[in-house]
Amino acid sequence: MLVNLIVNGQPRSIEVAKGEFLLDTLRHLDYLSVRRGCDSSSCGVCTVLVNGKPTPSCSLLTVRLDQQEITTVEGIAKEAEKLATHFGHEGADQCGYCNPSMALTVYAMKKELKKPTLEQIKAYLVGNLCRCTGYQAQHIAILHYLEDQS
Amino acid sequence: MKVVNQLTPSIDGKGLMMGRHGYTDDFADKNALIIKVMRSPHPYARIVSIDDAEAKKLPGVELILSYKDFERRPFTRAGQGYPEPSPHDKFVFDEYVRYIGDEVLCVAAVDEATANKALKYIKVEYEILTPILDFETAKQHSVIIHPEPEIHEMFPIGFKPLENVAASYHMHIGDVEKSISDSEVVIKESFYTQAQAHSMMEPHTVNSRFDYQNRLVLYSSTQTPFHVRRIISQALQFPLSRIRVIKPRVGGGFGGKQAIHGEIICSAVSIRTGKAAKLTYTRKEVYESSYTRHPMRLDITLAAMKDGTLKAIDCYVLSDTGAYGEHALTVFMVAGSKVLPLYNKVDSVRFYGDVVYTNHTPAGAFRGYGAIQGNYALESAVDILCQKLGMDPILFRQKNMIKEGETSPIFSIMGEGTEGTAMNMDTCKLDYCVKRGMELIHWNQKYPRTQTKKDIVEGLGMAIAMQGSGIPYIDMGAATIKLNDDGFYNLLVGATEIGQGSDTILAQIAAEALMTSVDKVIVYSSDSDLTPFDVGAYASSTTFVSGNAVLKAAETMKHQLIIESAKALGSEFKDIEFDGEIFNDSKHQKQISLKDLSNRLYYNHDQKQLMVTESYVGHKSPPPFMAGFADVSVDLLTGEVKVNHYVSVVDCGVTINPKLAQGQVEGAIIQGMGMTLYEDVIYTKTGKLITNDFMSYRIPTRMEIPSMTTEFAESYEESGPFGAKSVGEIGIDTPPAAISNAIYNACGVRITSLPITPEKILKGLKKLKEHSI
Repeated sequence: MLVNLIVNGQPRSIEVAKGEFLLDTLRHLDYLSVRRGCDSSSCGVCTVLVNGKPTPSCSLLTVRLDQQEITTVEGIAKEAEKLATHFGHEGADQCGYCNPSMALTVYAMKKELKKPTLEQIKAYLVGNLCRCTGYQAQHIAILHYLEDQS
Repeated sequence: MKVVNQLTPSIDGKGLMMGRHGYTDDFADKNALIIKVMRSPHPYARIVSIDDAEAKKLPGVELILSYKDFERRPFTRAGQGYPEPSPHDKFVFDEYVRYIGDEVLCVAAVDEATANKALKYIKVEYEILTPILDFETAKQHSVIIHPEPEIHEMFPIGFKPLENVAASYHMHIGDVEKSISDSEVVIKESFYTQAQAHSMMEPHTVNSRFDYQNRLVLYSSTQTPFHVRRIISQALQFPLSRIRVIKPRVGGGFGGKQAIHGEIICSAVSIRTGKAAKLTYTRKEVYESSYTRHPMRLDITLAAMKDGTLKAIDCYVLSDTGAYGEHALTVFMVAGSKVLPLYNKVDSVRFYGDVVYTNHTPAGAFRGYGAIQGNYALESAVDILCQKLGMDPILFRQKNMIKEGETSPIFSIMGEGTEGTAMNMDTCKLDYCVKRGMELIHWNQKYPRTQTKKDIVEGLGMAIAMQGSGIPYIDMGAATIKLNDDGFYNLLVGATEIGQGSDTILAQIAAEALMTSVDKVIVYSSDSDLTPFDVGAYASSTTFVSGNAVLKAAETMKHQLIIESAKALGSEFKDIEFDGEIFNDSKHQKQISLKDLSNRLYYNHDQKQLMVTESYVGHKSPPPFMAGFADVSVDLLTGEVKVNHYVSVVDCGVTINPKLAQGQVEGAIIQGMGMTLYEDVIYTKTGKLITNDFMSYRIPTRMEIPSMTTEFAESYEESGPFGAKSVGEIGIDTPPAAISNAIYNACGVRITSLPITPEKILKGLKKLKEHSI
């Protein structure tokens, strides 16, 4: 069936199967920053923003998203680059597979919470698993990013 | 140093955060056939019949492959040098299935839905066989898991398949029995470790196609592209020269991608259909059907004099390799070879045991690779001994542990499948690591315990550890450096970036030696057609082995550049000074820039391409060392443990990239903490793994992590590039023993099996109470 999505501000009309998940739709449309880590919305790797809210795309039926705003990391490139600068300074990036999804969640948090504490950051990002870094360097980098007024 | 040991952000961090293409699945052909594997529902069975007639009729089903379609040719999936020290005990598909999740057959279809539907249409009849699900009963069991006659070892590794033994080993130094009987204090304990799962975020995935030269080209999420190429060729009898394996960006490995997973099946589908194909594991398949850490039982006896002199270590290890023997011997060996030398002053040591087959998910390589299992047992046992001796565990370690300039006979006796290599500890700052760690964790103020609330006790515990830096005389890395016009370089390496940062640190090494900046060194890693050979990312080898190859290549390039600049200036080689940008002959007041020289070489005079390749194979494997300290809280009502603070003080030589090195240590600490406290592996009585997703298999989240303090000892390893040793694995080794010792110090409960769950602690507390009444 035909679905009209708004991806990173651009209207995209596409034909999708009834049972198709947003993750597959986006990858099919070459938004390859959206990736699969599991299939049970438990790792956070496939996170996109739906109307600004972090949402696992692996469990979201595309047909339900007609006229909804989808944001992938390509839609927040400047903020992602800024976050990456702080990740770089802290050595917080390793395999990078989950980084775009984390950038999106951090971006949403920045809009939602004013000056979050470390504990609030952990709670907000708890659904974004990382097996590489041990998280601590990420948290330091995120705190620096939130303070960055540039 | 201007680049090495300086803050250098990862060269790929920005692009990856911004979501640029780069991972295996990003390169899959859009019209690739989707492969789905039918997996065994039985732990041990013989396939009696396969009826795929209905499935073949389904529109869109391209190919169905089972054991009937392949010659019986055993190989090993272990990603190791050749000949492999792992038994050749695996077939592409076999008439027998040996664990729940084993490969029965595969379907290749136009899309995933069709492939999955086809699997449902295929009827397989099994003769169900009695499985072996308890590894302690596997040896000489009446059931034989690998009775097939074709399987073999490549050289003696103690392979006795009719006894269900994949590998076995025995070594001793001195007379262990006599040392024990002559000692004043003896302790014995058995320790169990579980089948930890790697849980990297990117699942195993591979895609293949034939290119316009009719060659098979694979993108694979692998740690060992050159081994993958060799094993595909061997298993499918397809010419090595017609296979290209490209390792793009990899989303985490930790040893889980050292071996072959879907590559052979995917290649077979492309070879038979001539079409592009793709095989991606579901998360359930990653857990059930890739491989795990080897579960082990380690029986340790320590014998000492009352003054705290350790006299003997006796260690029997029983290791469970599951259904197939990938890395069976070598992981077992490392449980001794990278643990026992920590206490090098003993009179006698014995290390022996078996690696047995069971009908569980196979075991394979996993960061730490035996050392974490051995370390948990030995470093827990040392604290148990100290308790009996009434001696401070730090004083005991300081008295008995290995020190700089010393050696251990273990190094020359125990290798990985072959004999080891004798070496002295030219750098070993363990002494400093222990002292500094004590300060950072406030040992003297807080050891052994403090009661913070009515039902909460805090305890401190510690452990020391060592690892290696590649396998001497086996692990080889090579690097090619190419000069471009405009005066920048390409660095081509077979070394396999899997997220650990090797592309960045190898660029730093080249940039330092060529006196330039990292942005002038463009790294391309791991493509079997384009980059020189490298064994891959394992055995903590990349910084040391591949790093040395890069350093050699950079120095050779520098030499070549000076020759060419002397020619261009009409100067003598000896009169040229090069600072990375300008070749200066101050004697004759002549100079030329690297940029001008490069442009001259490619466009104007004496035209030639400057390109050099150098190789390195280690003649020793200098161990990194560390001391790990845990500060934990135990809730006496619930048995819950929280790690409050973890201190790591590491001697890995000079850190090429201090922040990335810290990331290696801290990531490993949290993986080790996961194995210690959370990552329970549960099989049903019928052999089904039920901890098979991120919900049931609990890797640490952000909420559980302690605050971590990570420091590096000042250390310079002469044999390493710019003084570096390895740092990829060492961090994972100490958490099991350090946390376990801290729990004991907090509440008096000693847990000897991992993970340490609240249930086990409560049981222990209950027992203590009963004893004290």
